[in-house]
Amino acid sequence: MARVLIHGGHVLDPRSGRDERACVLLENGQVAEIGSDVQAGSCERVDATGCLVTPGFVDVHTHLREPGQEYKEDIASGGRAAVAGGFTHIACMANTEPVNDDPSVTEYILDRARQDCPARVLPIAAATKGLRGEVMTEMSALVDAGAVAFSDDGKTIMDGGMQRRVLEYSRLVEKPLIVHAEDLTLVGDGVVNEGSVSTRLGLPGNPSVAESIHVARDVQLAELTGAHLHVAHVSTEAAVSLIREARARGVHVTAEVTPHHLSLTDEATMGYDSNTKMAPPLRGRRDVDACREALADGTIDCVATDHAPHAVHEKEVEFTEAPPGILGLETALPVVWDLVRSEVMTPMQLVASLTANPAALLGLDAGRLDVGVPAYITVFDPEQRWKYDPAKGFSKSRNSPWAGETLQGRVVATIVGGSLVYHADRGVLAP
Amino acid sequence: MMGTDLLAIEDLSREDIELVLETAGHMQEVGRRDVKKVPTLRGRTIINLFFESSTRTRTSFEIAGKRLSADVVNFSPSSSSLKKSESILDTAKTLDAMDPDAVVVRHAVAGVPKRIADELAAPVINAGDGAHEHPTQALLDLLTVKERKGRIDGLTVTIIGDIAHSRVARSNIYGFTKLGAEVRVAAPPTMIPANVDCLGVKAFGSLREALDGADVVMALRIQMERLTGAYFPSVREYSGTFGLDRAKLRFAKDDVIVMHPGPVNRGVELAHDLADGRPSVILDQVRNGVAIRMAVLYLLAGRRPESEA
Repeated sequence: MARVLIHGGHVLDPRSGRDERACVLLENGQVAEIGSDVQAGSCERVDATGCLVTPGFVDVHTHLREPGQEYKEDIASGGRAAVAGGFTHIACMANTEPVNDDPSVTEYILDRARQDCPARVLPIAAATKGLRGEVMTEMSALVDAGAVAFSDDGKTIMDGGMQRRVLEYSRLVEKPLIVHAEDLTLVGDGVVNEGSVSTRLGLPGNPSVAESIHVARDVQLAELTGAHLHVAHVSTEAAVSLIREARARGVHVTAEVTPHHLSLTDEATMGYDSNTKMAPPLRGRRDVDACREALADGTIDCVATDHAPHAVHEKEVEFTEAPPGILGLETALPVVWDLVRSEVMTPMQLVASLTANPAALLGLDAGRLDVGVPAYITVFDPEQRWKYDPAKGFSKSRNSPWAGETLQGRVVATIVGGSLVYHADRGVLAP
Repeated sequence: MMGTDLLAIEDLSREDIELVLETAGHMQEVGRRDVKKVPTLRGRTIINLFFESSTRTRTSFEIAGKRLSADVVNFSPSSSSLKKSESILDTAKTLDAMDPDAVVVRHAVAGVPKRIADELAAPVINAGDGAHEHPTQALLDLLTVKERKGRIDGLTVTIIGDIAHSRVARSNIYGFTKLGAEVRVAAPPTMIPANVDCLGVKAFGSLREALDGADVVMALRIQMERLTGAYFPSVREYSGTFGLDRAKLRFAKDDVIVMHPGPVNRGVELAHDLADGRPSVILDQVRNGVAIRMAVLYLLAGRRPESEA
């Protein structure tokens, strides 16, 4: 296997605490050497001058749409978008067609990923058959097939008794149960955050208590059962408080927040652009600030994109009819790097929230950059400005609220298993 | 000067609103003639694009266009078939390719006229979108009040009913407050939208307090099928507490006027005898609706380089 030398950059590794200017030499798929004076000889070189060199990003929440909705995205295109955004590992949700509720689907996804996806794909299996919240899935068999976590994301297990048993059973396989925490009876037909914006727009509101009430239930069920609860896309101040309190009590609860819930408020919806429609919805300023603080203080473990591709014709409909969700993989880094620019987090903390922390909560041997570990590396320039055009991106879909905007912070190179799979100047290189 | 579309009263300045009202004054004069027609928009095409059926509003726009000699075409696709086959934007672009001079849009979902306006070259006039706005309704209400009271500035206006789901309420709140009136809203708490003070109004649970000293009272139509049980217990309880009758009206000023955007649920939001004649001005509202829509069409569809005229 080819040798790769990343030179001229500044290495940040949250696990080892390494924070220094250094070259990184990759050999045989592993990190062979890190130092200021690496003798590489003939090898592929990546110029990282002015860049940070970090472990490859890990996304615990994507929708790759394959099988079944390949017109939105497939495992290959989603993988290309991932490495273009610096993600070397992506966990994909189970709400495909068919649902990933059977080992054969899990195996299919991994098979497709091995064939033509430049990123490592980690399937998340459904917690209940068909995401219907009625019959639990064969968790042991799914884990044997390669599932890394369980989730009915997109749907919510509203039946508290069922949720309790799913959490209890998940202890058998020692995998996290990821919840899309929204009480659907309170969401009702709500499509935007309930508040001044919903009132001014005349659109049905989705109150923040729809999230926090569900989180309150689930952290108590996690406490009762001793299971690992992971709260997806936290969006409210109240949910943050509940998670903080539960963690302080020693409940095994982890949490993620999306780039959009860290950066955009519901004011972004004022023009009725369906690319600002998400579930949970964009919230108010206090909620956004609470999420930013929670990521900084460790209440929320990691950034997760909730990359949710939808075709243009699906989004170009009445706001109430449009499916929720936006692309996330290719814009995550510049959007979240704002937390460093505005001094909410240090570069090391933010890198941890993209690498070591998400890897830890999924129990992955990833998210670190040290001699002897498999070489999954992201090189990015936090200062570089670039104009984001989804039509020129790698996802099949274009649903992004940042379309046409100039973003600051750009992924320069991504290395998966020791191979350079993406370079900003050359595009996606493999497979 | 107004923008190229009329989508929301929230977007208008006081001067914009006054321009429409002033223009409507001239249009009222046309309506009083024997031959109620002027050649102002001759050769211009106006499309009434009504995704949600509304005979009254559509007829009013149609008469307004015809009195200005425009060619008015009604297009009422059923929203259910659209959902499956054709996007609203495709429909709008198709119509735009026929070079209309204005498109009047009504839709059950908030924001659709705005999205259509973003795509279209022709001016778009919002004829009501979901629970968002119904700007021409507010303009005709302003004209009616101005006629009766001689002013808007300094008046107290009380709007009663389902504020949460009402586009009429939102447009009127913006319109009356922009022209200097104090607007109050009164309804059961289930029908007051979140953070209602962001609209610049005060909400009342007591109708008596809301009516105290009011110059204008506007009752909104209650959608009984949708709301009963979920938003208020029964029609009987609603009409008992928030239905307007002569006894409750005594809390308002002696010369109060009563308005309603129609159609009235008699005996529910408005007592039967209040719907007809004084102090009700409901038919004046309807009459002024034509003048307001003529004014809006004149101001928006009448704009074109003179060489093309």
